Amino acid sequence: MVVKMEQSASTIAAEGLEKCLRRRWRLREKFIEGWILLAALLAIVVLLGIVILLLKEGVPIFFHTPPWEFFFGTEWYPVSEPPTFGIMPFFVSTLWVTLVATAIAVPIGIGSAAYLSEVAPSRIRETVKPIIELLAGIPSVVMGFIGLMLLSPLVQSMFNLPTGLTGFTAGIMLSLMSLPIIVSVSEDALRAVPGEFREAAYALGATKWETIRHVCIPAALSGIAAAVMLGVGRAIGETMTVLMVAGGALAVPVLPTEPMMPMTAAITSGIGNAVQGGLQYQALFAIGLTLFIMTFAVNLIADRVLERQKRKFAR
Amino acid sequence: MGIKKARGWLLLPVVGLLATVIVLAGCAGGTSISITGSNTVTPLSSVWAEEFMDANPEVRIAVSGPGSGVGIANLIDGTTDICQASRKMKDSEIDQAHDKGVNPFEIQVATDALSVVVHPDNPVSELTIEQLSAIYTNQVTNWQEVGGDDAPIVALSRDTNSGTHVFFKEHVVQMAGLATEDKSLEYGNRVLFLPSTQEGVSEVAKNSNAIFYPGLGYVTDKVKPLGIKRTDGDAAVLPSVGTALDRSYPIARPLLYYTDGEPTGVIKDFIDYCLSSEGQEKVTEVGYVPLQ
Repeated sequence: MVVKMEQSASTIAAEGLEKCLRRRWRLREKFIEGWILLAALLAIVVLLGIVILLLKEGVPIFFHTPPWEFFFGTEWYPVSEPPTFGIMPFFVSTLWVTLVATAIAVPIGIGSAAYLSEVAPSRIRETVKPIIELLAGIPSVVMGFIGLMLLSPLVQSMFNLPTGLTGFTAGIMLSLMSLPIIVSVSEDALRAVPGEFREAAYALGATKWETIRHVCIPAALSGIAAAVMLGVGRAIGETMTVLMVAGGALAVPVLPTEPMMPMTAAITSGIGNAVQGGLQYQALFAIGLTLFIMTFAVNLIADRVLERQKRKFAR
Repeated sequence: MGIKKARGWLLLPVVGLLATVIVLAGCAGGTSISITGSNTVTPLSSVWAEEFMDANPEVRIAVSGPGSGVGIANLIDGTTDICQASRKMKDSEIDQAHDKGVNPFEIQVATDALSVVVHPDNPVSELTIEQLSAIYTNQVTNWQEVGGDDAPIVALSRDTNSGTHVFFKEHVVQMAGLATEDKSLEYGNRVLFLPSTQEGVSEVAKNSNAIFYPGLGYVTDKVKPLGIKRTDGDAAVLPSVGTALDRSYPIARPLLYYTDGEPTGVIKDFIDYCLSSEGQEKVTEVGYVPLQ
């Protein structure tokens, strides 16, 4: 319709119409900008709300148990009289499980990212990458079941352990869950390395492996580091799988092949019967706060590193 | 234009469906009861709820079993009609309830024998309460020390959400009612705390080192229940409906319903049904011990 009018009407009329349209456009633009701003603000408000809630519910425990006893205490008996709250076992468990998950997921993840971006023909890459990303969509409770039914008997017989429900078993399942994000983000980072880098390497007589090893991976290192960080963040925060598979013992684990209870599992297995505002409730929120600070720090570092990667190749 | 018209037609069934849903929801009025709490009582409450809903189609009953502690917390917060529990409420919990204006009213609906199970290949067939206490406090860590093979003991327990966790701690770990009773004893820190009774039973079924304490209703033929001796001199008693009824089995406990004040209306009808001879027949079917 607009086209027809422009053809038939005089140039003055057409100019007037254009002005009018432009004003309408600007109004719409303003409106949409407002909405986007609101959405962005909402996310920040929710985040702030969560932080305030965690602080309000969690911090009062430190009037009952001083922070050093809370963080370095090794005894967790929330339903005894009197209750003791020491989260050292949970903290060390989380470290072990995350360490195992990272040690497995990082070499495999970077390896497959390098293959997909540098070696694989584009047809294979376009089929394989979505499949790996599909792995991220498997519900964590299903991963828990697989760990419980298939992996735990295997781990038990492999290491000749008393039970297969260990932090190591949980770590393997978590590595599968953080693999997709590591592969996906590292592959993006490797692909962002300019083609001239590779051409220069080949021109100097480097083989494909030498190019990947000494040119592509170092150039994309900050992006790969960010990918690893995001994967670690996923492993720290995962709950259902570790609750089902890690075993849930309260001792401070010396080896990863012992049953253990990471922080997320400790919160889940205690929050149900904690009466609102009670000591156990406060202690669980304080664990939540600690966990939040840990994942927040990891994500923040990842973000910073990714930013650096982007700036490096910006032109 | 033609396409637009067709789209309008496509919308019609959606509108119709919505209308149907709204009309149905309006008709379905009726009353609903929520039962929350013990994982152990859940199979029993579910059967009762199904039977009761068959007889009274206007009533809806929702049963969930996250653990006795959760049920009690919900009763105190006023978010459940009936709390099912496999342990009595603590004095501190009753105080908390009174503070929030809730008067817990206790009704025993059945009895449960807490069986102690091991893998069928395990040669151990009986234990005393004291030996069980030593196992769960990690003083005994090898099956050899209680008459079994030279193999490590993996002691499995429910997490703190569970009434079974608390009952077992008081009556077995701390040996309540025995000469050796010691209230300072706690579960050892090598005990595995599991999120569900089912997970414990399935771990015992595939791990010959493991020991666990599910309710009688959860015992399958893939695990072996142990005979329990009150003290060294007593005879070992296997858990069963008979031995729980005549009180010769040492670790039996009441299964309870708590309501806010004496039950009235539909909730009273439902609990009356549970306690009737018809309802108590279901108790035996599910694998627990009826009141009489």
